Amino acid sequence: MAIDTDASDGPESVLSDVSERGDEGPQASESGSDAPSAESVTFEWDGVRAGFLTCLPVALGVGGYGIAFGVLANQVGLSVAEAALMSATVLAGASQIVAVELWADPLPVAAILVTVFAINLRYSLMGAALQPWFRHLRSSRVYGSLFFMADENWALTMRELTSGSGRGAFLLGSGIAMWLFWVGSTIVGALAGETVGDPTQYGFDFILAAVFVALAAELWEGRSSLVPWLVALAVSVVAATLVPGRWYILLGGLAAASVEVIRYDG
Amino acid sequence: MAEPNPPSTVLTVFELPADAFALDSFVVAVILAMAAITVLTKVGGIWLVRHVELSDRLEAGFSVLPGAIVIAVLGPELAAGGPAEWGAAGLVLLVMWRTESILLALCAGVGGIVALRAVL
Repeated sequence: MAIDTDASDGPESVLSDVSERGDEGPQASESGSDAPSAESVTFEWDGVRAGFLTCLPVALGVGGYGIAFGVLANQVGLSVAEAALMSATVLAGASQIVAVELWADPLPVAAILVTVFAINLRYSLMGAALQPWFRHLRSSRVYGSLFFMADENWALTMRELTSGSGRGAFLLGSGIAMWLFWVGSTIVGALAGETVGDPTQYGFDFILAAVFVALAAELWEGRSSLVPWLVALAVSVVAATLVPGRWYILLGGLAAASVEVIRYDG
Repeated sequence: MAEPNPPSTVLTVFELPADAFALDSFVVAVILAMAAITVLTKVGGIWLVRHVELSDRLEAGFSVLPGAIVIAVLGPELAAGGPAEWGAAGLVLLVMWRTESILLALCAGVGGIVALRAVL
């Protein structure tokens, strides 16, 4: 729906959602069946390639963090293979770094798993935000792509899809770039040990914020964005000071969505 | 069948990554459990909205999620920073506005943050 309405702004987009629903009637795509009418969202090599290339410079910067993670993992006693395995299968930087900080001799397994869950729960919201485009894709493609979702390539993918290109494979391609650099840099960091300095001295710690600022510039839809964004900003900033971990992302997103649900019809 | 050396002496003296390829089965199990939980979080949200019929009202709520999440990530991040972070964020915004190139915007942001941190 949002793909067709990107020229509209403000409350009209809600209206066009409604009218579009009326036009199409019952949708066959909800079960994920690959109907030939799968509008303009594709899943092709072209999208994988575009995602990979667009994400390369970002992935290179994220590699700075992978090195930091590898160093940290090495210091708490993980072998290179174990650190690489974690990066290859978990692929969620913040949760990995925190998990490794919790690493101790009798492994606090429950604490580690609960923390990982809490930090990564925001991905549920991010994934759900892709549904307007991913509804046209087969389930296996959706879930396979989502394995490779991290903050940065989610942001790049949202940018790509809201621009209306309809490249459904963009998340997969950008995710593969992230995965390669994340795993590779983890190995480098774990091998190098303490010899590598602090990533903040190269500005790598700012990449996530920079990607998200760039995305915010593109997601701004004018006045209709103002209220949800202010709600998200206020709730997340307050929650960040009151609640540990990364719950603030989830709380900010949910608060904005709730307010929009209440305002709807108004 | 030589007895294995007590590994502690070797490790404590040299700290070689001799165990670089060691995979402790318990550690591997914990890592795979972390991976499973993470996959659940990545897939769970969209699974839900693919299987539950959303009302128009709920869809309106979902439609503001992308921007709201971006702001919820950024807000506390920038609030925790200082003038250097704010200046670099403004630089990203400016370059993005002018060029619409994410690459240029990122370069400006990272270059800007390094420069501003050195100056401020």
